[in-house]
Amino acid sequence: MASQEDIKFLSNPNIGKQRKKYCRFKKFGIRHIDYKDPDFLAQFLNEQGKILPRRITGNSLKYQRKVSEAIKRARHLALLPYVTDLLK
Amino acid sequence: MRHYELTFIVDPVLSNEETQVISKTYQDLVKKQGCQIVHIDDMGLRQLAYPLNKRNSGIYYSIEFTSENGEAIAPVELSLRRDERIMRYLTIALDKFGAKYNEDKRNGLIRKSQKLKRKPSKDGMPLPVPTPTPTAPPVAASSPKPVEVASGGEDVVSDEV
Repeated sequence: MASQEDIKFLSNPNIGKQRKKYCRFKKFGIRHIDYKDPDFLAQFLNEQGKILPRRITGNSLKYQRKVSEAIKRARHLALLPYVTDLLK
Repeated sequence: MRHYELTFIVDPVLSNEETQVISKTYQDLVKKQGCQIVHIDDMGLRQLAYPLNKRNSGIYYSIEFTSENGEAIAPVELSLRRDERIMRYLTIALDKFGAKYNEDKRNGLIRKSQKLKRKPSKDGMPLPVPTPTPTAPPVAASSPKPVEVASGGEDVVSDEV
């Protein structure tokens, strides 16, 4: 009897698969994004402090707009940088 | 009635008493415009992400207040702009979710959920915000609080799923 574990692959078949992206705000029911929480907002920035696109974060349009608004407010209050290197 | 939130950064060179006085004057000014103050969040001394007026840190204050209309904001902003001890300010209108969020944060509900959702993405940085302390104030209403919390959480989940 050859079970699933006995089948050998030359390469890991799960490597090329993409995990389904989701909007974390919809999934966890977060309705408000606080601009005074730079540690949370840093998740949506790349190393230069630029806002990550939706195709990477998986946010829905509604919450991507709110995230970008919160990030821009945080930048105004010097909680997040406008430009930087090595943010993370 | 709308909720508004006014955040401003005070020059860190000033002494502790002076910053207290500044925050008090703006609280009084907001009150004088006929607004009710909901909460004052003293976020304390923070490192700035970029230099402002050749300073690398600032003292953050956040005042949440309610007002019938936005007319009260213009005179407050004018005096903030004229005050050279204020490095930056920002006034925003909160929607109902924002007001709820701030209330939850005061009751110490927010910190937990943020830790949970922050875990999968990256290693959690220690938060400088001293939010665990606000759990102490609602002593009298301590017994009904957990019930509210649980029902609130379920509501949100059922809304979304």
